[in-house]
Amino acid sequence: MIDAPAAASLVQHASLFEAGAHVVLATFVDGAPALALADGFVLVGVPGQQKRVVVHPDAAILTAISDGKTLLTGGDDGRVVALRADGEPQEIADEKGRWIDALALHGKAYAWSAGKQVRARDETGIVKTWSAPSTARGLAFQPKGYRVAATHYNGATLWFPKVEGAPQTLEWKGAHLDATFSPDGRFLVTSMQENALHGWRLADSRNMRMTGYPAKSRSLSWSHDGQWLATSGADAAVVWPFRDKDGPMGKAPRECGVRQARVTRVAFHPKALVVAIGYADGAVLLCRLADAAEIPARDPGGGPVSALGWDAAGARLMFGQESGAAGLLTLPA
Amino acid sequence: MTTSHEPEKIPVTVLTGYLGAGKTTLLNRILTEPHGKRYAVVVNEFGEIGIDNELVVGADEEVFEMNNGCICCTVRGDLIRIIEGLMKRKGRFDAIIVETTGLADPAPVAQTFFVDEDVREAARLDAVVTVADAKWLAQRLRDAPEAKNQIAFADVIIINKTDLVSAAELREVEARIRAINPYASLHRAKKCDVPIADVLERRAFDLDRILDIEPDFLVAEDHDHDHDHHHEHDHGETRHHGLKHYHDEDMQSVAVRLEGDVDPAKFMPWINRVTQEQGANILRCKGIVAMKGDPNRFVFQGVHMMLDGDSQREWRKDEKRESKVVFIGRDLAEEDIRNGFLACAA
Repeated sequence: MIDAPAAASLVQHASLFEAGAHVVLATFVDGAPALALADGFVLVGVPGQQKRVVVHPDAAILTAISDGKTLLTGGDDGRVVALRADGEPQEIADEKGRWIDALALHGKAYAWSAGKQVRARDETGIVKTWSAPSTARGLAFQPKGYRVAATHYNGATLWFPKVEGAPQTLEWKGAHLDATFSPDGRFLVTSMQENALHGWRLADSRNMRMTGYPAKSRSLSWSHDGQWLATSGADAAVVWPFRDKDGPMGKAPRECGVRQARVTRVAFHPKALVVAIGYADGAVLLCRLADAAEIPARDPGGGPVSALGWDAAGARLMFGQESGAAGLLTLPA
Repeated sequence: MTTSHEPEKIPVTVLTGYLGAGKTTLLNRILTEPHGKRYAVVVNEFGEIGIDNELVVGADEEVFEMNNGCICCTVRGDLIRIIEGLMKRKGRFDAIIVETTGLADPAPVAQTFFVDEDVREAARLDAVVTVADAKWLAQRLRDAPEAKNQIAFADVIIINKTDLVSAAELREVEARIRAINPYASLHRAKKCDVPIADVLERRAFDLDRILDIEPDFLVAEDHDHDHDHHHEHDHGETRHHGLKHYHDEDMQSVAVRLEGDVDPAKFMPWINRVTQEQGANILRCKGIVAMKGDPNRFVFQGVHMMLDGDSQREWRKDEKRESKVVFIGRDLAEEDIRNGFLACAA
């Protein structure tokens, strides 16, 4: 369908349902739709046959990530919990009630932060701790090697949990929030307290500023080929080119899905240069990067979209909203 | 803050006070009183709160400079993060109380609500409440600039531990507070026993409520023009000071009234210039302005260099169109401010 401009709307292919609480993450775990909710539950399964799994009893899920096999949640109960399709929630860490601010996931290696304290646990279960200079708001595993990037005030730090010695700090004035590596590992990009993104080319620590956003850009998504980074925070998805060795330096971004509403979430399709875009007014649409052709997937309503996630094949898209509204879009075959 | 009528905005009360003044006592009081409200509480030291409240959040006061070239534009990064997290649990609490450390400057907390759009959208700053120790405040005002900041910044001041001082000492400490901040509402308390309604839901940062502080404006004007008026009834007991009026050496307030209209083409550049040039010294400012040709009142308020202004309701027929501005700050260029504002007359 994605290549067929004839598809004027996909709205009728989305089944809408009530998730019951602020949707923190929408994803698929081994093919099963899953929503991490702020009320401490994870909702697993297709609409109508959903199971509510208690992951953080009497607590909130503050942050969650997924790689399609594991759903990792961090709560205001201080716990980090891993959920897989095959079993019960597994507690990874308990920080004694301190809020879990950020998570990262790489296979069976996990990283999390609570305040300044950053911890990484390798696949064998060995946990190492590093103390950031200020609260670590964002974490990311480098695509290759057991190395964690943590954002903080005035920069980001690259830390090898298994290596003794001082981690490498990349400095840039201001408070850095979310972190993401380009899939080829050449770039680290952070979102900032100021309405901007910052990037470093890791080979030479060269700085890249990506500015011009009217709001904070808190949702970052790489294209499947790693050549594009879609971002939220404007009245369109702002998509930066990372093809060349200089990344987006000196280049203008593309804009996709220009509407009279703020983009709150973006999620690149796992196989095509199509980005799913969620807006503050509740609308969701798919936009093809090549020609900016748009297809609506959900009409406006229900408040800001807070989560978007594709399945591994790119056949289904889950979306969730701050209000607790949610939906599952199944693309027509 | 201009749209604070939206009911879904969560009110945030900031609790300040020098070490030992009684912040935690007040907090425990608020949490135990049978008011039927649920509070999320942001504290700096866990364990001091005697109440088992599920929504107590520990914070490290992380003051961040914003990259906007404005040196006094600082925010509380931890507060932005915590409010973002709390908003995911909307419905589990009615209001937020932020307790600051005894040495904290209230400005970054207040500025967070001006600067951060996400915070601004979700929450509104209700008031800065300062707890002062009746016995030790006078001393602290001499040796601790933080204590003076907290008094100058406050919308509500609770003079606590009044049972530990004489009536004369109490009047003295009140006079010292008034010398710095004549606009805050002042309450006397023992063990912070003030009605909760005097502390919470004050809407002190609500532009629409600047109307409600008019009596304070008027008192301030009187105070300004007639120094001993406020203390006439004190004479019998305050021999060693004669007139019980203090001028704080470095922190003061400047109130200026202008009869009739103001020329917006003069006023707007002036207020922007004053807050840019003197913003580092201005802790708070507010005002009601009659703009020439505008049937509505223009109201504004600010913290340091940050200004928030809006056209408000219409001037009533029985109301005299006049303009008033108030600044509280350190080493303010009083004559400049006064003459500058008066020169804005239409």
